[in-house]
Amino acid sequence: MDSLVARDRSLLQVKDLRTVFATRENDVHAVNGVSFHVREGELLGIVGESGSGKSVTMMSLLKLIPMPPARIVSGEVIFDGRDLLKLKPNELRDVRGGQIGFIFQDPMTSLNPVFTVGFQLIEPLQTHLGLSKKEARARAAELLELVGIPSAKDRLDDYPHQFSGGMRQRVMIAIALACDPKMLIADEPTTALDVTIQAQILEIVRKLRQELGMAMIWITHDLGVVAGIADRVMVMYGGLIVEHAPVKRLYGAPKHPYTKALLETLPSLEDQRSERLVTIGGQPPSLDAEPTSCPFAPRCQYAFERCWRENPPLRMVDDGLAENGDSHDVACWWDIDRGEPFNGGEPFDVR
Amino acid sequence: MSVSALEPQPSPVAGNARPIVQIEGLKMHFPIYAGILRRQVGTIKAVDGVSFEVMRGETLGLVGESGCGKSTIGRALLRLYDPTAGRILIDGEDIVPMRGEQLRQVRPRMQMVFQDPHASLNPRMTVGSIISEPLQVHGALGQQEKNEKVEALLEAVGLNPRFTNRYPHEFSGGQRQRIGIARALALNPEFIVCDEPIAALDVSIQAQVVNLLEELQERLGLSYLFISHDLSMVRHIADRVAVMYLGKMVEMTTRETLYSNPKHPYTKALLSAVPIPNPEIEATREHIVLKGDLPSPANPPAGCNFCTRCPIATDLCHAEEPEWREIEPGHRVACHYPDQEFGRG
Repeated sequence: MDSLVARDRSLLQVKDLRTVFATRENDVHAVNGVSFHVREGELLGIVGESGSGKSVTMMSLLKLIPMPPARIVSGEVIFDGRDLLKLKPNELRDVRGGQIGFIFQDPMTSLNPVFTVGFQLIEPLQTHLGLSKKEARARAAELLELVGIPSAKDRLDDYPHQFSGGMRQRVMIAIALACDPKMLIADEPTTALDVTIQAQILEIVRKLRQELGMAMIWITHDLGVVAGIADRVMVMYGGLIVEHAPVKRLYGAPKHPYTKALLETLPSLEDQRSERLVTIGGQPPSLDAEPTSCPFAPRCQYAFERCWRENPPLRMVDDGLAENGDSHDVACWWDIDRGEPFNGGEPFDVR
Repeated sequence: MSVSALEPQPSPVAGNARPIVQIEGLKMHFPIYAGILRRQVGTIKAVDGVSFEVMRGETLGLVGESGCGKSTIGRALLRLYDPTAGRILIDGEDIVPMRGEQLRQVRPRMQMVFQDPHASLNPRMTVGSIISEPLQVHGALGQQEKNEKVEALLEAVGLNPRFTNRYPHEFSGGQRQRIGIARALALNPEFIVCDEPIAALDVSIQAQVVNLLEELQERLGLSYLFISHDLSMVRHIADRVAVMYLGKMVEMTTRETLYSNPKHPYTKALLSAVPIPNPEIEATREHIVLKGDLPSPANPPAGCNFCTRCPIATDLCHAEEPEWREIEPGHRVACHYPDQEFGRG
């Protein structure tokens, strides 16, 4: 019941999202029925390897993927009471950058090299908020200051190439924040950066969340980054959510064999050094058809007959009532704690 | 065909830690040209006076952020560049003055595994021809022997020997990196520079490649220079670790000491910046967040290179460059105040 209440407060509610890319040979099923929600002010981490569908899911929300070749086959994206997938192009434009900000991975390629940073910051302020040029410029300088760029006012007239990688990513964050969005989607925002610069950006994000209190979705392949900033984490594999839990539960007691294996393959910075690293054999799935069996089965040490026959839906393993109502869900036929097949009989769909 | 076609190196005599590679005062400067007349207006000091050694059979981890010169060291070491100054001794023999045929003779002993497996394999060559190319250039093997060797190499890196006629695009990133490793092994090298070999791979594939490198090292007695920015992976694979900043070494010691008792403020900051995949630890851990960015290697600061971002820098640091000195046996640091505590110890 409580998790339903939690969903009532949610800012974003995604239901059964499916995205398919048409290629010359076949269709690539990148996202295969993904459902989740984001509440106001929380940070949802999405973890997965390349090709797991994490970026495509988020791009699909705002139709930022090229269509065709991509098409969103089914799904609902309710943001603030409206289905984003049903909006007209001009309405969607207001949402993009206005109510939902987007930070992309590569700060080198996501800024336009022929316009000054100031121009790129002022543009959304004028279009979305209708500020005058002078007001927008003042606000732009404030924003740059907010993300920790020294002598912000003077740097407005600089071009992107005059900034370092970390500074460019700060500019990207400033642009995403420009119109006071309710939600920020960050797609691997620190992957292209060095660790000491990454630490700076993470510090800024923590500070901004405290000050501005917006919701965030943070996409990454780095389990370490998510551990430090997320409230809840979703693990994606083969275009599906395979596990979802509050951050401490996910790292403390992972229930999906993939999550567990992923955490075990990471070499540690502090614990005893192991002689050999634990590996996950095999390759990620090819996604050329809709999954009819568990996509992780070929690489899973616990796989048994049912895993090859049926794709497991997400099932709740803990309702999280003891904490803050965030459930712990896993898509697996194996009960990793008991070491036997999950015998819930009727599989139930959590959402 | 078995793996026996791969000849193990004469195993290192126990206790006799002889350096296979010794670098003394290596400098690699690149000129900057500007203006219509393309006059030289400055130099990028990518590597500016670095000395270290790699012991036979060991893995030396070389860490640092992008632009610190770690890849340049790797390439200069293999004489892919002409170093500006310094000596590179391979088994006691200086390869810096070598030219032409003489250099070609020593090349088979040292090989490289590149970062990007998508860019380092020629898309128009089959896997067989990629791996046998070094054999063609350097070896005197017949066609039959070459084919056998290629198959043995594929097997050694965990690929199916029947894949010889396939093209690189038919393989995944991890498999391509294995092909790159097979190519590096083709001439039975003693020393391999691994330049960020796992940076482009997914987490679940990284461990596979690292385990392969370790297995090959044990079996063939290889020595590695493992260049990486991933400090947790370096902790796993390296015996000793060297940390670089802006073209200079700042600290070098054994793995255990570096991770448990770092002395240089940069090493400390670097270690504390690595996010740990455990929310319980992350919640309480103190991060040393360095201010500012890496200065330009064309215009390094006076005094200590790190003084512009160092939390404990004093006037001395801005005036005088710290000496690269041994503070304990096998623990070298370039800092005026290696014992000063701050932040996380």
